[in-house]
Parts: sequence; C-alpha cells; structure tokens
Amino acid sequence: MEMPEPDTTVLSRKAQIVARLQSVLPTGAVIHTPAEVRAYECDALTAYRCPPLCAVLPASTDEVAAVLKICHELGVPVVPRGAGTSLAGGSLPTADCVILGTARLTAVIETNYADRYIRVGAGRTNLSVTGAVEAAGYFYAPDPSSQLACAIAGNIAMNSGGAHCLKYGVTTNNLLGVTMVLMDGTVTEIGGAHLDAGGLDLLGVICGSEGQLGVVTEATLRILHKPEGARPVLMGFNDNAVAGACVADIIKAGVLPVAIEFMDRLCIETTDRFSGAGYPDCEALLIVEVEGSPAEIDAQLALILDIARRHDPVELREARTEAEAARIWLGRKSAFGALGQIADYMCLDGTIPVSSLPMVLRRIGELSEHYGLQVGNVFHAGDGNMHPLICYDANKPGDLDRCEAMGADILKLCVDAGGCLTGEHGVGVEKRDLMLHQYAPEDLEAQMAVKDVFDPAWLLNPAKVFPLACSAGRRMAAE
Amino acid sequence: MRPESETDLAEVIRAAPGPLRITGGGTRPIGAPVEGAVLETGGLSGITLYEPAALTLVVRAGTPLAEIEAALAEQNQRLAFEPMDHRKLLGTRGAPTIGGVVAGNVSGPRRIWVGACRDHMLGVRFVDGNGTILKNGGRVMKNVTGYDLVKLMTGAYGTLGVLTEVSFKVLPRPETCATLVLRGLDPTRAVAAMAAALGSPYEVTGAATQVSGAVCLRLEGFADSVAYRVDALQRVLADFGAAEVLDAAASAALWTELQDVVALASHDTVLRVSVKPSDGPGVQAVVEAARTDGAAVQTDWGGGLLWIGTSAPDRDCVGLIDDLRAHCASVGGHVTVIKASAHLRRAVPVFQPEPATLATLSSGLRARFDPRGILNPGLMGA
Ligand SMILES: Cc1cc2nc3c(=O)[nH]c(=O)nc-3n(C[C@H](O)[C@H](O)[C@H](O)COP(=O)(O)OP(=O)(O)OC[C@H]3O[C@@H](n4cnc5c(N)ncnc54)[C@H](O)[C@@H]3O)c2cc1C
Repeated sequence: MEMPEPDTTVLSRKAQIVARLQSVLPTGAVIHTPAEVRAYECDALTAYRCPPLCAVLPASTDEVAAVLKICHELGVPVVPRGAGTSLAGGSLPTADCVILGTARLTAVIETNYADRYIRVGAGRTNLSVTGAVEAAGYFYAPDPSSQLACAIAGNIAMNSGGAHCLKYGVTTNNLLGVTMVLMDGTVTEIGGAHLDAGGLDLLGVICGSEGQLGVVTEATLRILHKPEGARPVLMGFNDNAVAGACVADIIKAGVLPVAIEFMDRLCIETTDRFSGAGYPDCEALLIVEVEGSPAEIDAQLALILDIARRHDPVELREARTEAEAARIWLGRKSAFGALGQIADYMCLDGTIPVSSLPMVLRRIGELSEHYGLQVGNVFHAGDGNMHPLICYDANKPGDLDRCEAMGADILKLCVDAGGCLTGEHGVGVEKRDLMLHQYAPEDLEAQMAVKDVFDPAWLLNPAKVFPLACSAGRRMAAE
Repeated sequence: MRPESETDLAEVIRAAPGPLRITGGGTRPIGAPVEGAVLETGGLSGITLYEPAALTLVVRAGTPLAEIEAALAEQNQRLAFEPMDHRKLLGTRGAPTIGGVVAGNVSGPRRIWVGACRDHMLGVRFVDGNGTILKNGGRVMKNVTGYDLVKLMTGAYGTLGVLTEVSFKVLPRPETCATLVLRGLDPTRAVAAMAAALGSPYEVTGAATQVSGAVCLRLEGFADSVAYRVDALQRVLADFGAAEVLDAAASAALWTELQDVVALASHDTVLRVSVKPSDGPGVQAVVEAARTDGAAVQTDWGGGLLWIGTSAPDRDCVGLIDDLRAHCASVGGHVTVIKASAHLRRAVPVFQPEPATLATLSSGLRARFDPRGILNPGLMGA
C-alpha cells in the first residue's frame, strides 16, 4: 500500500511546529517525542503503521480551532483521530502530519428527554453515550461491535453501523447536528436539536466524510426509549442458499426484525469452540432478533419460525430465558475474537443485494480455494452487509499480499453483484485504490470537489478515500 | 424541453444557453420564482428495478409517484417516509413525480419514527450543471463508499444537478393502525403529551396536532400488537385526559389529511417552521403576538414542525416571517415559505438565510456543481 512521500519542509520544521502548538495548548497536550508518538502510529488496520510528526489532545472547540489555524498557516496536514478503531486505516498517520485526537472531548453537554436528544463531546465513546441516558430508559441506537472503545467522532466520520441498524438505521440517520471546525480554524454549527437542518444537507455529507471536511468537536444525537424487551431465535440450515431464501421470506412477510445475523460453517465451528455457545453442526446459521412486549415478541417469533420451518432447518432454537438469549448471541459476538485465535485475519466489509447472497458466497468459496486462504463469513444478512474474514499468517512471507489480493477480488465481486466496497467501515487507505472499480473518474471528481470547498488546501486527512493518482494534483497544488 | 433519456438530458444541459427551470409534475412550486427555460423530467420515467425481498426500489426520476405507490402496494410495501402531496395545499394540478419528492426531501408525519426521505435514499444518478452524468451511492442498504452525495442531492431542489434516477429502501406496509386523539390541551400540554408518547417504548409513528389543537398519536403494526399498545399508551397518557381511539380506516383518512396539510389549504400564505418540539409553543406565541388575522397552526413531528397558515396581507406576512426567523435563529430552527404570492416570494427569502459560514459552503458547492449557475438559479436563495 502506497502513501504519499512526506513533505520534507514540514519534517524539517518539526521543532517550530511543536512550539507553536504548545503555545496554544495546555502542558501535556502536545505529544512529540518519538517514543510517545508511537502510540498513534496505526489504528485497527495494524498492517500499516507510521508514526506522526506529533499528536495533540485539545480539550475544547476553541483549542481545536487554534490548532487547525496554526496547521493551516504552516501548511501541515492534520489527521483527526477518535479512538483509533478504524478497520480501514482512516486514522493512519503520515510522517508529516499532526494527529488531532479527540480523547479529551468527552463531556455530556446536554441531555434532553422531552426532545429526545443528547449533546456530547465528539470524543465520547459510543457505549458511554447510551451509558449517560440508560438510567432514564433511553439508548443511542447505532451500536458498532467496537462500541466500548470507538468514539462518536469516528462513528460520524465513518457513518458507522451496527447489528441493530436494520431497524434503527446507521449513524447518519441518528445524527441531528454537529459543531465542526474547518481546516482554517472557522467554527461552524450544522443542524441542531430540530429534526431537519435548513438549506443543503451539509450534515449528510459530513457524516461519512472520513475526517476530510472538518474536525467534529460536538454532536447532537437522537436518543430513543428502550423497547420493552428483545429476544433472539437461532436457526441452522444445511445450505447457504436456503438460509438466504429464509431471510428473503422473513422480510417479504412484513416482519422487520431488529437484527438478522448470518454465520457460515467456518465461523460457526470456530466461534463454538471458542465460546462454547453450543451451536448446531450445520452450513449456515441465522440469528434473528425481534423487539417488543413479551406477547408481541411471541407473535413475531411465531411468524418467523413458521417461515423458517418451511425451509427445512437443521435446528430452531428459541430463547426462553435471558441466559439462553445471551448464549445465542455469545458466539456471534465473539466471532472476530474467535477467528483471531486461529489465524491473523483481514475483515472485509462489502455490501451486496440480499438476492445475490448465494452466488456471492459460492464465488467467495472458489476464491478461497484459488488463493489457498480460508474465509469465514459473518454478516448482517438483513441489509446485505458482508464481513468476510480472510485468514492468513502474518509471519509467512507473501501471505499478507495474497490476502490483500483476495480481499480486492471479493470486494470487486461485491460491486459487480450490484453492491459496494464498504457498508460501514469506510474507505480509508484500505479500499482507496479500489474506488475506481465502483465509481467513474468523474464521480470521484464530484466528491473531491466537495473537499475542495470545505478544505481548499487539502490538508485534512488528504491521503485517504481517493486513489492517490486521482487526488495527486490537488495535494501537490496544496504543497 | 422534455428529454427522453439521461444522455439527452446531459446534452440539453450542456447546450443550454441560459437558466433552466426544472420541473417534474409541477405540483410543488416551492422556492423563489425562477426565470428560465422549462426543463421537464417526465420523459425519464419507469421503474428500473424492484426487489421486494431486498426492500429496494430503483426508479427514474420523472416517474409519477402514483405509479410507484401502486407497484409497492401490490407487494404490500410502501415508501415509509410518506411524502406529502402538495396539490391540495398549493392548489396545483398535475401528477407528482418521485424526483420532486427527492429534490424537496418531502417527508411526512412518519419521519419521527422512520426518518425523512433522505434517510430512505440509497443512491442517485444526476446530471450536474456542466452536463456531466454522475452517480453516487447505489442500491444496497448500507453504503459508506466515498462521500454521501445522495444526501446532498436530496433536498437541493435541483440546484446542484438534475436527478435522473433514484433508489430507495422501501418498507413493509403494516397490518393495521390506530390513532389516539386527545382534546382540550393547550400547546404546551399538547407537546408534553406528544413527548410522553414519543418517550414511551410503544413506537409511535405519528405525533401531530390539528388546527383545533387535538393531539393525534398513531400506532402501526400487527393487529394484536397495535391493540396492546393502544392500551399501554392510554395508560402513559392518563394525566392528559381520556383519549378517543380511531380505527384503521378513520386513522388512515386522518393521517392523509395531516400529511397533506389540507386544513390550511384555504390560506393564502403557509409557512413551515422546524424547531425542537419544546420550542414549538414559543413559535406559536410569536404567531399570536404578531396578531395576524385568522392565523391557524397545525403541528407535526411531536410539535417540532409547525405549519402556519394565514390570509393576512403580504405586508403583515413579511413582519410575521421576520419575527419567526429571528425567533428561530435564537432557539435553533428555520422557517420556509411554502405557499405565498409571487410578490411575497420575492419580498422575503423563501428559505431561512443561513449563517455566513454555511452560506459560503453552500454557494461554494453550487459553484462547483453548477458553475454557470443555470440550474434553478436563486430558487434556494443563494
Ligand atoms: C473489533 C472491531 C469491531 C468493529 N465493529 C464495527 C461495526 O460493527 N460497525 C462499524 O461500522 N464499524 C465497526 N468497526 C470499525 C470502527 O470501530 C468504526 O469505524 C468506528 O466508528 C471508528 O471510530 P474511532 O473513534 O475509533 O475512529 P478512528 O479510528 O480514530 O477514526 C476513524 C475516522 O474518523 C476520522 N475522525 C476521527 N475523529 C474525527 C473528528 N473529530 N472529526 C472528523 N473526523 C474524525 C478519522 O480521521 C478517521 O478517518 C469495528 C472495529 C473493530 C476494531
């Protein structure tokens, strides 16, 4: 994976840049010794690493503005960083960049139950947003599996999803407003506590812009009252295609479960060994969860089980107690961890039309044989967001390269099936060079034109999202 | 001009010597008046893909909404964001197109539970002001590949590009619905009642007040579940007096009326105000203080969306709009002039003027997507 050559004039001015940043931030908020900046050298895409020039941890919107103003004036690239859990290399530094971390922007600024929103510092973790409103019976719906660690800032930048987004939508559907600082230090409010911001939908563009348009410092998020209850069922099938058909029938029947999760044999076996979830011996497993009062849940599950029975299941398991429900989810929730025990893995994130599921799974199987690498499939079946996990051995020369080549083939397959490269993890550096498989050059031009407007100097996270060759002219002009 | 294909449309735009006024069904003449050659999208019509089991629909932008709704109804599905039909309110004729719905991000009462039009959009194809054919998003339900220009195009009223194809997430039509109606509450109590309902676990899909002040709360789903939640919600709302319960047929009629804001059709001027629900009563107080003769207010979205109708002279309306805008600027929110004489639409900005930084960003985007300024120029004010 290629990254642009660092700007040597920036590298040579490190001392001056650090001193300027120190002049506007409290002691300890500028991290610049080589040993310390190592902490910021990568995100969760750990295959790529590069220590930044330095890192700053501002504690207010004003401090963020001061930092950006200086970087803008000195022509120093800035990479915003939440918790560093991006799987796409979204917060991967370049040697000439300042990492702007949101770790000190964690306050709950306002909670308003009558109007059903919460306003928080963007560095607050996803789970602790729900934590702040839970006692009142509320929750923040988007729930990425990384929710214990990941920050709202990162969620907004990546437009993150979660297991429950079939019913509740992803980040963009639950975001009402932000305070954002533009690269030149201008502070701007977009949206607010009301449901629809006026004018062009700038909030909609900022969400998912991967830290390239501005630095989000505060966010207003929609909160919802918790459902009365939720309960999963587990279904095992002896054929992927049959499991896919069952999902289609459930959706067609007019039930909208809150989650429909799918696992294939490798994932079933591995997670079962790892977690002791007691999963059946089968090719495909579905976990379907519905919400409501006990009677509502019974009624929905009866309908779903009826449909499942028509598809010749190997096993149907209802959860009668909380403990049984937890056991059904146990394996699914530990899927990434379990696979991590048997191999290094790369987690893909393409989305496909649900109807092409059987074809795509078959092709992935063929690619797996061709490359000689095992693939586990675990994904959000209701919305077609796949997470193929390619297993490789990081210590074996050539394995990572083969894994990447296979990953690229799978993602192209997703696009060719009518889907896309990434459903929730973002492009970052990981999928950057595949963008031209999904979009024509002029489509990318249109997207880059948006960045031109927000960040004319192309200093914010400039080496991400767009193939380097496409963004080269703009990045060079900026230097 | 009425191009019959996307490439024809691109050619028309490339060759356009001057401003174009883009029109779908012509049922929603919202925005500042635009001078320009009329460009009709009706030639770009038809459903290109509909997969009920994947909840996805792809249609050309000029497709009549009625055609789409009929196709969805056949599979017991619908556009869940219930786009309003503006014809009764605005006194327009013609057949609304889906492109007009998207261009205006037209979203009805169910927005509080399922989101707006923009939340159901999966992809767009459009032609920008240079005549370049562009696409963004796609037809799958989760997609974060690159910037979300789908959102940018939704609600841009054609000022950034002419939509040629749009894809949606559609949803199942529920088995039944019911409505609780509470009467005799003042605006503050009405908002409190709606907040209590929306703050319950009972999935209220509509929370509106009629001009009479009656609070309407909608529940949808399977019959047993709706029956259960009608009872449960009545218990939650016990402090607000006894509720009348409307059955499915009465509910459907009521919500169509609320969605289409039929009650204000007789007014010459209609404003749409968006604030957070608890600021709604303050907005109503501004309307009262302005003493505009015979003003009527219908609210939606838990009280955060206010439709204000008046037949006062334009001069008084200008004053009312100014007062409301000043109020919204202080509490957070905005005022759009939906129905007004051409004179009034020239006298005041149709959309609430934005703070300087946002206005700069918006005009920067317009300059990029439409450098010649030929697509509905001035419609959104900038
Ligand atoms: C085990 C695991 C499970 C995961 N599960 C899911 C899942 O279920 N669903 C899902 O969607 N994702 C998932 N992810 C991916 C990741 O957690 C999300 O992308 C998350 O939103 C990243 O948040 P972060 O705070 O860690 O951001 P970072 O990794 O720090 O940054 C992500 C991006 O946000 C930008 N950014 C950060 N802060 C700001 C700011 N203040 N202003 C502007 N831009 C900013 C960065 O520049 C970068 O481009 C998972 C990751 C892991 C490791």
